Amino acid sequence: MISIDIEKKLKVYRGLQVLKIAETFPAGSITKIYGPSGEGKTTLLKIIAGFIRPEKGEIVAEGTTWLDTSSKINLPPQKRMAGFVFQDYALFPNMSVRQHLEYATKDTKWLKRLLEMSKLETLTTHKPEHLSGGQQQRLAILRALAIKPKLLLMDEPFSALDSEMKAGLISDLKQLFTELHTTVLIVSHNHEELEGLAGRALNINDTNSAN
Amino acid sequence: MDLTPIWLTLKLAGITTALLLVIGLPVAWWLSKGRSVIKVVLEAIITMPLVLPPSVLGFYLLLAFSPQHGVGHWLQQVFNVQLVFSFQGLVLASVIYSMPFMMGPIKSALQQLPVSLSQASYSLGKSQWQTFTKVLVPNIKPSLLTAIVLTFAHTLGEFGVVLMIGGNIPGVTRVASLAVYDSVEQMDYSTANAYSLILFAITFILVISVFVFNKYRLKSPLE
Repeated sequence: MISIDIEKKLKVYRGLQVLKIAETFPAGSITKIYGPSGEGKTTLLKIIAGFIRPEKGEIVAEGTTWLDTSSKINLPPQKRMAGFVFQDYALFPNMSVRQHLEYATKDTKWLKRLLEMSKLETLTTHKPEHLSGGQQQRLAILRALAIKPKLLLMDEPFSALDSEMKAGLISDLKQLFTELHTTVLIVSHNHEELEGLAGRALNINDTNSAN
Repeated sequence: MDLTPIWLTLKLAGITTALLLVIGLPVAWWLSKGRSVIKVVLEAIITMPLVLPPSVLGFYLLLAFSPQHGVGHWLQQVFNVQLVFSFQGLVLASVIYSMPFMMGPIKSALQQLPVSLSQASYSLGKSQWQTFTKVLVPNIKPSLLTAIVLTFAHTLGEFGVVLMIGGNIPGVTRVASLAVYDSVEQMDYSTANAYSLILFAITFILVISVFVFNKYRLKSPLE
């Protein structure tokens, strides 16, 4: 289980806006966070992962305090080990598909299984620049899963996939999430997307307040 | 023709480049991360040799390293080291003089990498050092090569600073650029031409190599 109670000021074109969220996500749950662009969806994921520090708040994951601004606790991302799928994929240009996964895990069995699931087995020596957008997105998802995270944060993870590939991947991911008992937060700008995957939907607009 | 000045120049450029690579990578990395007053001041100091006349820099280094003053006096007293008119002094002066040529391209390349690359690495549990060596440095190779070549080539051509700090001692501090000047002073144009031609050839080969290495990236090595 992960509980979040944070406040972060965001600079937006119409002035200052406060991203204010107090939510609890049960262990193993899949939540979709949706809403228009610029409302703080990505910022929220980055705060949880430890890349951005909010002005005020507390994050507790599986009984461990990741962040508590009143006690000045702020675990670095390396200690939180939340899997993160970036919107721009953030693949390492110098590494091949296999090297990406080997950088994340030494578990060869797990690595093989991930490669099979992603349909990237024939492209293991390819570097990101030689992969299509969809293949890059799948690799970004695999890399995040390679560390078997207890919490997975995904920022628009399926935007570059065609509907057939998306359906196949979602079905495999569902199975993996259940197996790993992973809590998943997925950011999507599209409310209709991921109906079959996410158990709960959270509108970021309902949580924000303008200053 | 005495080839000692050429070997001395190559030795000076090689040692300076190696030292600057070791110093420059971590410092450029630190400078590339965010901004602070200390960073701005340090960056300004590092950049000064680019705009300062070499003789001015050489003059102040001469004063600083002199056994009669400050640092030079302390080094002489404590370690019995004399930097003025010695090869070690030349190396130290060259490191200071060529520092912006190593730092500039590396820092700029690191700043251009998306921040999400480091974040992705951190989220996999990797330390800042692992991220730096396995993710950041391998992805700035062209700029790294440019920095190495620029530093090496710039050190080859040093004149003012070298003359002020090292004097012109044959076999110790008399580098190729000084040998060219000496030959011209003595109206020995053929020797001056030979030294100049060797320096020209070395520099040309270096620059061509960088262009060839970077050609697939369609990027000028001077960017």
